[in-house]
Amino acid sequence: MSDALLKVRDLKIGARVYPPGEKPRDIDIVHGVSFDLEKGKVLGLIGESGAGKSTIGLATMAYGRGGVEITGGEVWVNGREILGTSLKDLRKLRGTEVTYVSQSAAASFNPAKKIMEQVIEASIHASKFSKKDAEARAIDLFTRLGLPDPETIGDRYPHQVSGGQLQRCMTALALCPEPDLVVFDEPTTALDVTTQIDVLMAIKKAIRDTGVAALYITHDLAVVAQVSDEIMVLRMGDMVEHGTTDQIINAPKEEYTSDLVSVRSRKHEGKPPSDNPVLTIEHVTARYKGTNFDVLHDVSMELHAGQTLAVVGESGSGKSTTARVMTGLLPARDGQIVFEDRVLSADLKGRARDDLREIQMIYQMADVAMNPRQTVGTIIGRPLEFYFGMRGAEKHKRIDELLDDIEMGAEFKDRYPAELSGGQKQRVCIARALAAKPKIIICDEVTSALDPLVAEDILKLLHNLQKREQVAYLFITHDLATVRAIADSIAVMYQGRVVRYGTKAEVLSPPFDDYTDLLLSSVPEMRLGWLEEVVEHRKMESAGN
Amino acid sequence: MTRIPPAALFGLFFTSLYFLMAILAPWIAPYSMTEIVGDVWEPWSADHWIGTDNIGRDLLSRMIYGGRTTIFIATAATFISFTTGSILGFTAAVIGGWVDQVMSRFVDLIMSIPTLIFALVVLSVMPVTLTILILVMGLLDATRVYRLARAVAVDINVMDFVEAAKLRGEGRIWIIFREILPNALSPLVAEMGLRFIFAVLFVSTLSFLGLGVQPPNADWGGIVKENKDGIIYGIAAALVPAVAIATLAISVNLVADWVLNRTTSLKGGRG
Repeated sequence: MSDALLKVRDLKIGARVYPPGEKPRDIDIVHGVSFDLEKGKVLGLIGESGAGKSTIGLATMAYGRGGVEITGGEVWVNGREILGTSLKDLRKLRGTEVTYVSQSAAASFNPAKKIMEQVIEASIHASKFSKKDAEARAIDLFTRLGLPDPETIGDRYPHQVSGGQLQRCMTALALCPEPDLVVFDEPTTALDVTTQIDVLMAIKKAIRDTGVAALYITHDLAVVAQVSDEIMVLRMGDMVEHGTTDQIINAPKEEYTSDLVSVRSRKHEGKPPSDNPVLTIEHVTARYKGTNFDVLHDVSMELHAGQTLAVVGESGSGKSTTARVMTGLLPARDGQIVFEDRVLSADLKGRARDDLREIQMIYQMADVAMNPRQTVGTIIGRPLEFYFGMRGAEKHKRIDELLDDIEMGAEFKDRYPAELSGGQKQRVCIARALAAKPKIIICDEVTSALDPLVAEDILKLLHNLQKREQVAYLFITHDLATVRAIADSIAVMYQGRVVRYGTKAEVLSPPFDDYTDLLLSSVPEMRLGWLEEVVEHRKMESAGN
Repeated sequence: MTRIPPAALFGLFFTSLYFLMAILAPWIAPYSMTEIVGDVWEPWSADHWIGTDNIGRDLLSRMIYGGRTTIFIATAATFISFTTGSILGFTAAVIGGWVDQVMSRFVDLIMSIPTLIFALVVLSVMPVTLTILILVMGLLDATRVYRLARAVAVDINVMDFVEAAKLRGEGRIWIIFREILPNALSPLVAEMGLRFIFAVLFVSTLSFLGLGVQPPNADWGGIVKENKDGIIYGIAAALVPAVAIATLAISVNLVADWVLNRTTSLKGGRG
């Protein structure tokens, strides 16, 4: 214990909150967390949003984000207590001894400066290296992290490299001043699954090569299982469980941890498609106004009553655009949409009110999908007024029923969206869609902004509602675990085309085309050694070619 | 309820004082607006609290009635500029396309001509009545409100909840008044204070130049003009309306700042 690089003892962190219409009050975010981290080890911090992961990560640099204050406990780095030391001493610590990799590299790099300048800035500032040595070191790190053209990539500006490359540049930035400890705060969360693997492997290799200690913060247990030696599970500022990665994944002691481990294992037997689909998209080609290239090429798919069609692919593959064409927000240039044997107008404006009612949509970000100045009652009640002309007591009775359907009580009727939790907001959006009694609901990444356990509940709710209402879902997602849990058929999209389409069993069984193989193998699995297997598998594939 | 900061308190006090004076003018003014009650430029006395003006009318009564005119014109002009400006701005943002282009370029065109010169030209060819004065001021100011309202609405228009309303099949009226307006209100309310001040300054300037409120009716700009020659003789009568204009402008500004701070999360406000 004496040689621990980082010692955290009974760390308590508080913040002042300003609830609307009330007096500001102080709350505790982290209630007494303790742990040790030895040189060259990686500790994964995992938990839902609000668990205090990032707050603890930043506290190891004696830093609290706006309004956040470290109220008690001790943090020892390299045998020194850093809480309460002067700002001057902290400046020597931050950025050189302890460094930080944030979730969004794009928001953290200065867009007006070249990458190299920013990567070596801290080392030069702390007089740790000369400019020449620092640059040589940066180029070495670029090579280790597998960046293309390591000699010259530093001369580019942040916008001239891809998101995954920039995230690796940020890792280089953190490793450049030879720190003792690196805090990785959700470094791969904002990336596509296929890119995530490269970054993950690069980070893992860099940690091993440099022998640095790391805190790896994430909400994705499958990811943290690949990189860390130990895992600490946090919930609402308390430690739930702390153990080796092997023990947490294979033999969790606490119920909460086993919930987290098993959350992705839900299985759903796919149903075979019926004979007449409720909606067909036939050979649709579309482009955005004012551009001269198509974003969808000859896309066809079918939706069946009471079934779910999952559309998967990475960002930019045309998933959401397909939904926009279906709803008529983006009229198709070519091809048609057939609903119950009649062709729907390509443009939203040409559709009858009843046609609009039949296709409803649920969005990814529930908080911007609801007008913040309307109450839950108004939000759910409006489709009832609009489509069915309901008024007064009749409408209120139906609102109560809908609130009951989404497992929320009538007392929520007068609340505003800001007063709801993330999961409750998404439930209200589901109720709003159901209020229209549609035949089709488009779910656009509805669970990707939610914590795993909350997302699981939403999926269950959607599934139960589908069984009862026989509504067809078009489920857009990039998360294949979600697909396995809910889909009956799958369409894999890549660069505006459907590259694979069929029932779940067909799509998920070999032989795979190249892209589907890449996509499927990129989904992190909850077991040790998965990352290495995938990388090995890919090497063999490319050797075979 | 949080405490009102001193600056806002000061602003609230003077703003309400002037507005009350304007509303209650006929009951609180000691003399009539046009009655000659004494000598030219009498000093302050018990009969005439702040003296008399350039032809011997009671200056306090002139000030009270003048405030009534100034504030009435400014309020009416602000009302017109806000209703036309914001409704047109929201419409342009929601419809978009060539409608937005035509309207926005037309507004740019009007804004490229200095407001004062534009108003002077219009008012010198048209009969100067209260209605025309208010309309000219209101419509010229509407261009500024249009720009703000359009900018705010363009931001809100791309939010998912507006898209959801469009998918539902809602008409433009619903989208403008029920989805966009409630969310655009706080920047617009703050802007309203500023536009009101500009209207006060604008009507005062016009009257000072002789194209605003016509004598014998009083307004603050006109009172400055009537009494400006007194300054040469060391008579402060012209300063009284000047100070009134300045304090009203500052007070309304302070109130608007406070409202903006309370209702938006900008500038560190708690909302």
